[in-house]
Amino acid sequence: MSNATLGLELVGLTKVLGGRVIIDNLNLTVEKGEMVSLLGPSGCGKTTTLRMIAGFLIPEKGTVNVAGKDVTNLGPEKRPSAMVFQNYALWPHMTVFKNVAYPLKIRKMSKSEIEKRVHEVLTVVNLMHHKDSRPGQISGGEQQRVALARALVQEPDILLLDEPLSNLDAKLRVKVREDIRDLQRRLGITTVIVTHDQDEALSISDRIAVMNEGRIEQFSTPQELYDRPATEYVANFIGSLNRLEGGYSDGQVTSGNEVVGIRPEDVTFSKTQVPGSHAATVELVVPRGHFYEVYLKRADASLRAFISIDVPKVGDTGFAKVNKALVYKDGKLVRTA
Amino acid sequence: MAKRDNNINLQTSSLLIRVLIGAFVSFMAVFILGPLVWLALQAFSTTWTFPNLKPDGWTLIWWKRVFETPSMVQAIKNSFITAPIVVLVSAIICLPAAYAAARYNYIGRRVFLIGMFAANSFPKLGLFASIATLFYTLNLMGTMVGVIIIQLIGTIIYMTWIPAAAFAAVPRNLEEAARDAGASKFRVFRGITLRIAAPGILVAMVMSFISAFDEAQGTYLVGSPQIFTMPTEMYSLVLTYPVQIAAVFSILLAVPSVVLIGLARKHIIGGQLAEGFQIK
Repeated sequence: MSNATLGLELVGLTKVLGGRVIIDNLNLTVEKGEMVSLLGPSGCGKTTTLRMIAGFLIPEKGTVNVAGKDVTNLGPEKRPSAMVFQNYALWPHMTVFKNVAYPLKIRKMSKSEIEKRVHEVLTVVNLMHHKDSRPGQISGGEQQRVALARALVQEPDILLLDEPLSNLDAKLRVKVREDIRDLQRRLGITTVIVTHDQDEALSISDRIAVMNEGRIEQFSTPQELYDRPATEYVANFIGSLNRLEGGYSDGQVTSGNEVVGIRPEDVTFSKTQVPGSHAATVELVVPRGHFYEVYLKRADASLRAFISIDVPKVGDTGFAKVNKALVYKDGKLVRTA
Repeated sequence: MAKRDNNINLQTSSLLIRVLIGAFVSFMAVFILGPLVWLALQAFSTTWTFPNLKPDGWTLIWWKRVFETPSMVQAIKNSFITAPIVVLVSAIICLPAAYAAARYNYIGRRVFLIGMFAANSFPKLGLFASIATLFYTLNLMGTMVGVIIIQLIGTIIYMTWIPAAAFAAVPRNLEEAARDAGASKFRVFRGITLRIAAPGILVAMVMSFISAFDEAQGTYLVGSPQIFTMPTEMYSLVLTYPVQIAAVFSILLAVPSVVLIGLARKHIIGGQLAEGFQIK
């Protein structure tokens, strides 16, 4: 069971809160140094899972192994994990320096050693100039970095991030997530990040666990998740999707009892007929910034397409081609065409 | 034309309102501060006879008299011994209860919190009388311990409700973050919860001190004739000494309250703790 190259292993984790099963027999293995996102809508159990890894919740069943060690029954203070809270949870009565030094003080390190390590980590997160400020005096982005520094200074076996970017504005969010990813890569620290934002998950994770109602629907790389969503739920949650009921053959939706998922970017529109394309009318064109969302009406189905060059006008007629379709039966992927 | 009339009317009416407000404020000032000013002047006056608007002469003799009368000095000493002990004991008993009320939702929690009001919700004298019978059997009548216990009763409401609110206001994840950083439950309480709730606890302590310091009914019943504190000493002062002595004693009695409230105010409103609370 124990394996030194393992980052994190969750085996058969089950959690019941208020008589409701929140986490249902969940299994997850995170390699050492890997960055994994728990992605899902609110209420899917992703934060509960993170809190069980951190030790704030004890599972009814199952085990939590960190770096090959069973920590299931240890309190949060005894676990080799460090967490960054959604609202940072910095202690208002301490300076930035003292906030970061606190975990080391508890470990009874010498004053000079504490000073050295806090300075190191504050330099890493670029906050040395604020070391004597109080949390209330610095910006949200800076508070976030203090929280990160406070976690990193513990040199944890695993870093846990609970929606770390949700309190930042959109521009800063992109920058901070790149910073976090960069730092995580450089330090090679095993990281689990909870998020409901698919963009965030897709852009910083090595692998993503898409969660739904306390279970993991699919656990794979961002590319795989996007190209071959294993379930209809994942296909709907990640990216945009034309969802059509019926069957699929020869680039057309037919009658049937399957579900056909077509990504709008996999639909092309042209004035001239090409192999596999079928007559279509443009019904609506919605500008979406760097591309247009075009609503096409075909004999077999209505399709949305994302088009960025040669954008047609409403009422235009031409030919629409489906380049790729995902076919689901009973919610599971049966084939791609 | 009509518009201008309106303007004039508005101006006169706003002037009238201002005059009325001014008159009301002055009246309230006299009403509230008047007796205090009278008291302060009395403490330094030789005599002050009707219908003179100011004392007949100035003197410090009454202050000297107070500090030369052994019973009065003893009362001052007693007050300054009992009140701090009451605050301390009250804190030791009530703060854990307040924390429990704030953090754990146990059966009977509401009953407990409402029950804290019980001691304050009906005439105290009845309560004290029944406590007195108990104290007789326990040989606590006329003892310091008895006085401390009786003063403690009045402080419980402050020491539970105010700190409970202060503890409840400490965000739970600040405690969790400390646990996560490796601190034991006790260490989290000491280093995080207690520190952040400190302003509320300080207020509770000030209120408790004033309550214990000013407590007269129960202290008189339990303490006299062996133990007198400043408020109970006042009873005999008013009856047997010149009014100026009572004035001096009143001022002495007010000093700790004024000083404490001043200190607490500075610490809570101006201090770094207030600023720290701006955090989300």
